[in-house]
Amino acid sequence: MIFQHDIVIVGAGLAGLRAAVVCAGETNVAVVTKVLPTRSHSGTAQGGITASIGNEEEDHWEWHLFDTVKGSDYLSDQDAVEIMVKDAPRAIYELEHMGVPFSRTPEGKIAQRNFGGHTRDYGKKPVKRACYAADHTGRVVLDTLYDQCLRHQVKFYSEHYILSLIFDEGKCVGVVTYDLATGELHFLQAKVVLLATGGCGKIYKTTSNGFASTGDGFNLAYQSGIPLEDMEFIQFHPTGLYPLGILVSEAARGEGGILRNGQGERFMERYAPTIKDLAARDVVSRAILTEIKEGRGIGGKDYVHLDLTHLGEKKISEGLWEIASFVRIYLGIDPVYDPIPVQPTCHYSMGGIPTDIDGRVLADEKGSVIRGLYGAGECACVSVHGANRLGCNSLLDLLVFGRRSGLAMKEEIKQYEHRSISSDPLKMVEEKITRFMNHKGGEKIDPLRKRMQSIMMDYGSVFRNEEGLKKGIEEIRIQREHYQDIEIVNKGKAFHFELMEAIELGHQLDLSEVILFSALHRRESRGAHFREDFPTRADQYYLKHTLVFQTPKGPEVRYKPVKITRFQPQARVY
Amino acid sequence: MLLRLKILRFDPSKDEKPYYQTFEVGADPMDRLLDCLNRIRWEQDPTLAYRWSCSHGICGSDGMRINGICGLACQKLVRDFKEEVLIEPLPVFRVVKDLIVDLNPFFEKYHSIKPYLITRTPPPDQERRQSPEEQRLFEAAIRCILCACCTASCPINQNKETERYIGPAALVRAFRYLFDSRDEASEERMALLDYKDGVWGCQTKWKCTEVCPKEIPVTQQIGQIKKRIYDAKHPK
Repeated sequence: MIFQHDIVIVGAGLAGLRAAVVCAGETNVAVVTKVLPTRSHSGTAQGGITASIGNEEEDHWEWHLFDTVKGSDYLSDQDAVEIMVKDAPRAIYELEHMGVPFSRTPEGKIAQRNFGGHTRDYGKKPVKRACYAADHTGRVVLDTLYDQCLRHQVKFYSEHYILSLIFDEGKCVGVVTYDLATGELHFLQAKVVLLATGGCGKIYKTTSNGFASTGDGFNLAYQSGIPLEDMEFIQFHPTGLYPLGILVSEAARGEGGILRNGQGERFMERYAPTIKDLAARDVVSRAILTEIKEGRGIGGKDYVHLDLTHLGEKKISEGLWEIASFVRIYLGIDPVYDPIPVQPTCHYSMGGIPTDIDGRVLADEKGSVIRGLYGAGECACVSVHGANRLGCNSLLDLLVFGRRSGLAMKEEIKQYEHRSISSDPLKMVEEKITRFMNHKGGEKIDPLRKRMQSIMMDYGSVFRNEEGLKKGIEEIRIQREHYQDIEIVNKGKAFHFELMEAIELGHQLDLSEVILFSALHRRESRGAHFREDFPTRADQYYLKHTLVFQTPKGPEVRYKPVKITRFQPQARVY
Repeated sequence: MLLRLKILRFDPSKDEKPYYQTFEVGADPMDRLLDCLNRIRWEQDPTLAYRWSCSHGICGSDGMRINGICGLACQKLVRDFKEEVLIEPLPVFRVVKDLIVDLNPFFEKYHSIKPYLITRTPPPDQERRQSPEEQRLFEAAIRCILCACCTASCPINQNKETERYIGPAALVRAFRYLFDSRDEASEERMALLDYKDGVWGCQTKWKCTEVCPKEIPVTQQIGQIKKRIYDAKHPK
């Protein structure tokens, strides 16, 4: 079937819904999601959203700007960061007015808590900047925005999986989706499309990401000739619940939780003397893995303890209810009395589809805009997170740049009418899918995916080096050969998850190569990208964004400059 | 250990009626039931259909009936079962395929209670004030993840004659707005709920409260809605 909308948004997480809400009512907007609404991964965000509203103590957007730039290891574009931190108070009050049930201060204002890397007076001590709703901030914001979409009659294509971006004369004119319930293909014709498809954490074996985080949007853009920016920067969150990798929010440390090694030592005092357990995530993750490597994990094993036992039951049950519940359900222990075993877990991609400050997708290092295509959220790279994102800046990014994308799309659609296009997108995609479905070869999805996930853990996680990255690329390429022989066993139509997972795996394998390739070419250490063979930052060579292009000969790397406005790079010490 | 999962299968496009199929999977005691289902789908039968996403009890996708009790497959550990587990789709809803049910009626009822903050006075420049005590009144209700386990377990919703009952999940969300001090549509909300199949459909069977994966005191919240409506109609 063919459906027409002014604006098609792919992804029903916070970026997509925030854009939808600002477009709703005035334009014909539709949201496509491969899960049901409210099941998107934004819902698992726990700790909060940063804004320098100063409800608990003095704060300024300039401090927030500095912390974000320093946290990014000076790779973020400072003009974009400035837009984000200045817009943060407005974004928070707007959510509050929509009904988000924030936790409150005794005076009835929005409560704020400490979070890693957020400080007062340019790094002097931690500041309470994260606005929160207990430890289910993401879920309640997702619910609120979904409810706003219902109120404004936004059209949802639920359980529709995006298969292809459609371009006509260089302009994006819609998407082809696969209706999971029926197995039918649809062409959603659009004047503009927003990719808000979220992250790609499922490329790694240990991850906080849900099953849907397979990087579909990144790779659909990449395969359409759009470069991917800064993909070497993959954040490992320090505290994944051991061994599952489920997120234990930094809020636990923001509320006073302490990391301890096998000797009971508060080891972060050695790595970040000023703000200790509240250092930026890349710093804490490396510290934990160094402790483990040097034999100071718990009982010599590959995890450390997150100790909340001194916080008391009241603080835990009021502010950290969800986390306490995960620990009880999945480990059978009670964080009120027992320390929580944690290990770093793949959490977030700082890089993504390059966009300008209004979400317009950029085609090259010169900043040429692709008409009709936008990107927002984790799949996009503005870039506000640079080489390492600070906690609670992600939700802020989604809200600020999701909305800005929506506003820009509302303007851009005025230029266009729907018109017939030269190709038949449904036929093209259908032929591809039929070929895929009928292919014989005997390769199965799951073992191949497991091999990819192990390769990425071994060579592309927290510590990297030239030899490993080269080996990783070689091994991923071998898996891509195997992928050519994927055989789909299920011949049915309804809820064909095997087909969806096979397509997802193709995206994941392509992205794995891009991540390792980007990492190989950055011969320095910066933020979440740590090279054992080049352990220091090298501003004279690498103070620039990586762009990887797909070419017939394989990936090709180019660079573009970082926008520096207020803060020149300096040594990054916490 | 080996675990047997006896799963109710049904593909309306080819099966005349539902049937049970038993799968055997190797599992670690600390594995989730969802891990076992995934293993079946990946290693034995790719046609097995169910919903899943976050796998740790936040997204609300994998509600199903496990040994007769509705719950999330990602919150149940293998070690808590003996040898065989019976897995069926959520009752109340039409089965679309295997463990996937049609949740449209569930979301329609949810939609009907106007699940958004309604205010008449223009907002201040900053946040609306709300004391921690006022916020705590509905704090438990905002944990709801719309997994539909409560509504599927409700004997009133299960009964064909009373299935029009709006159901506990919609009422939890109604409670969340009715008891939010910032909301200014109390009368409109009470009118929406004050009918036989609205809040009065609840017969205090407690099943919703028993199964809620987020430990929300559902029955108690429904009771508070009833009391609020009663008190408004019978001023002292």
